Amino acid sequence: MRNRFTLFTLQVLVAVVLIAIWHFGSTMKVNIPALSPKPFYPLDPFFFSTPLAVFERTFKDFYTGVIWYHLGITLLETMLAFAIGALGGVLVGFWFARKAVIAAVFDPYVKMANALPRVVLAPIFALWLGLGIWSKVALGVTLVFFIVFFNVYQGVKEVSPTLLANARMLGMSERQLMRNVFWPSALTWMFSSLHTAVGFALVGAVVGEYLGSAAGLGYRIHQAEGVFDVTGVFSGMLVLSIFVIIIDTLVSAIENRLLVWRPAPAAQA
Amino acid sequence: MAQACAVGLRDISIAFPGASRAASPFVAVQGVNLDLVDGEFVAIVGPTGCGKSTLLNAAAGLLKPASGTVTIHGKALAGLNRAAGYLFQAEALFPWKTALDNVAIGLEVAGTDTDEARARARKWLARVGLAAFADRYPHQLSGGQRKRVGLAQVLIRDPKILLMDEPFGPLDAQTRQIMGNLLLDLWSQDRKAVMFVTHDLEEAISLADRVVIMGAGPASRIIGQWRVPIPRPRDIDVRLEPAFHHLHREIWAALKDEVVKGYRQSEVAS
Repeated sequence: MRNRFTLFTLQVLVAVVLIAIWHFGSTMKVNIPALSPKPFYPLDPFFFSTPLAVFERTFKDFYTGVIWYHLGITLLETMLAFAIGALGGVLVGFWFARKAVIAAVFDPYVKMANALPRVVLAPIFALWLGLGIWSKVALGVTLVFFIVFFNVYQGVKEVSPTLLANARMLGMSERQLMRNVFWPSALTWMFSSLHTAVGFALVGAVVGEYLGSAAGLGYRIHQAEGVFDVTGVFSGMLVLSIFVIIIDTLVSAIENRLLVWRPAPAAQA
Repeated sequence: MAQACAVGLRDISIAFPGASRAASPFVAVQGVNLDLVDGEFVAIVGPTGCGKSTLLNAAAGLLKPASGTVTIHGKALAGLNRAAGYLFQAEALFPWKTALDNVAIGLEVAGTDTDEARARARKWLARVGLAAFADRYPHQLSGGQRKRVGLAQVLIRDPKILLMDEPFGPLDAQTRQIMGNLLLDLWSQDRKAVMFVTHDLEEAISLADRVVIMGAGPASRIIGQWRVPIPRPRDIDVRLEPAFHHLHREIWAALKDEVVKGYRQSEVAS
């Protein structure tokens, strides 16, 4: 896009149009005798709520401060899941990439574990770790670990042979190779998966909360659903999306800081 | 020979395992004998796929020959050749280090403290004409500039032997000549033993004291050697001299058949 302002305007326009459709669909009755004898709402507010009600609820949640506690819980779970999962993924990824035998032995089990839909683990974790934050953290870890693990594994394996030969010819010992070649290479790959990994950490936390907890955004959404409070569900989703966008922006900022040496991706049209 | 032998290749054969278990191993070079004395600049020229680079890797200790011995300053080589600096054909700079850190790393891994290593790296960057580019990352430099950084990275360790694998191959013709001049300039200051692999005969003659021609692979061997009688110091203009043309014609006559053979072989293989 040549003009950032034009882009931004168009992006806002999409939101405005969608919200307008939602607003008028849920507040203005139409009369189409062919479909229904009585005038009716195209988007029934019982099922769809209305944008104003959703914004009002969201504002009230923030204003009264109820939501902060739940946001804090979800954020804590996300960060713990990410930190533990990423650390495990980096360590195991490194280990497997440097020891081909271990990687070969564990290969079918890694594939098996990764193929398992994580949602089915949630009740198990709740059973083992209780309904507090740790069962949600565990769920997030199982998601984050594999993403980071595969990327680090790949990163260490795919160090350019020329670069490696050069490093050896420059006199690097095994430890110096680790620090100067394998580690930075693995880090690049880890960062390329950072957005996905953080996203999955959040998914783990919210799904865990949804399936059984006493706090967090997932819990709030689940509670609202239980009483057919559609406004509450939409409000929860709105808060969740704002939360994701903020986290994603932060991740981008960190990434740009740490990977200054990387060539800029091809300019976007 | 009056001078000491820097690199000695004795009856070297190098083989790679076949594509499948049943296939016989692929013999890249066979029965190669080559001596480099201290301070000598030897260019190895040969058709594509003749095993020039393989030979260089054997001298670097990156590859173990199937038979024969490599001696470095009279001692048999075991493991990596610590006396040698290697300039690769492909990109070999650390993409996550600045030009300055790329040059300094060779000293740092040897235990020089960071400040001193950087100060000396700065001097080397200036010598290759990149003083103003110290803080750039490799992707922010042009191909020729990256090669200059590579040259500084290798030379800062002051290796007694310099191994170069078509180092200027990916560059455009003008940049190659400029890099050739830079190399001659740096080399003439302390005359390391240089093993320079190239497929460009002109480049070989204009840089080297001796040109070694290898035959087409597989199992290629040295088919001829020529001393280059053109006096030093030289520069690009050497290509315009009659002595250059005379030698070029003579060597090319021997090389031509091998080049044709080499192409035919690679066509059959593919």
